[in-house]
Amino acid sequence: MVRTFLVRGMLVGIVAGLLSFGFLRVYGEPQVDRAIAFETQMDEAKAEAEKHKGMVMPAEEPELVSRPVQAGLGLIVAVMVYSAAFGGLFGLAFAFAQGRMPGNFSPQALAAVLAAAGFIALYLVPNLKYPANPPSVGNPDTIGMRTALYFGMIGISLAAMIGAINFKRMLTARYGEWNATLMVAAYYIVVVIAAGVILPAVNEVPERFPAVVLWNFRIASFGAQVILWATLGLLFGALTQRAYANGMPRA
Amino acid sequence: MTDTTFTPTLPVTAIPLREWLPWAIFAGLILLFAIYFVGAEQGATSLISGMYVHEFVHDGRHLLGFPCH
Repeated sequence: MVRTFLVRGMLVGIVAGLLSFGFLRVYGEPQVDRAIAFETQMDEAKAEAEKHKGMVMPAEEPELVSRPVQAGLGLIVAVMVYSAAFGGLFGLAFAFAQGRMPGNFSPQALAAVLAAAGFIALYLVPNLKYPANPPSVGNPDTIGMRTALYFGMIGISLAAMIGAINFKRMLTARYGEWNATLMVAAYYIVVVIAAGVILPAVNEVPERFPAVVLWNFRIASFGAQVILWATLGLLFGALTQRAYANGMPRA
Repeated sequence: MTDTTFTPTLPVTAIPLREWLPWAIFAGLILLFAIYFVGAEQGATSLISGMYVHEFVHDGRHLLGFPCH
């Protein structure tokens, strides 16, 4: 059973990854290119200024991976690994939640609810605090701190979401399904807002970085995640529902 | 929230924890490790020296929302 859900999750993740990659390739890559163009422009201006002051510039760093590879093979490998991995984790979460999750869910509905919860807890909320950034935004010296803060925010958000689902089980008997859902939603929002207020802000957007590129980049990142989680929830749910209708849960 | 119109006869029994746990631990660890490689390797921390992994997944890392550099 668990194996079936794990394999199904990873397969659905691969489909989700392909869709997500297509979207990022078309809507995300132009933003990355524009951000890199801005970075190059800044570097050149800096080099020019320092040449005037008579400073010797270090030679250009050799390019380890060319831009076309980064934007093509690199992007698809990164997105596929990420999506298949989250698909597998989603399958494991589904295997655990089935029959345990409070509420009377069909497999389809459970998959959709879990995917929505996963999207909110793992991407939407952490990215409201620490949004995705294009190249040239971000100081390399603070990468350690920024990574720790980002993963910390994901951890807090995920823990709050799991807590909310558990509290709902306790509250439903007393307050009813609808009210219990509202109460635990409020609880989740309060916890993540508190975390967002307490954790330090990161703002490393260079001056004169084009606002439109930043906005479009973040929207592209957001769109890819919507595609990923929607595919996970809906396709996994449909396949599981059909497998049950046919009697046996197969991948 | 409860007014779902799906077939109510589906078998939805919980999978026993002892059956779920080994899968969750072993597969879960491998999958988290895969996400780590896409999201953070040769950024904040490095298991492999050099910058090749970082440069290869560069665009994906940015677009998937991870801090990159």
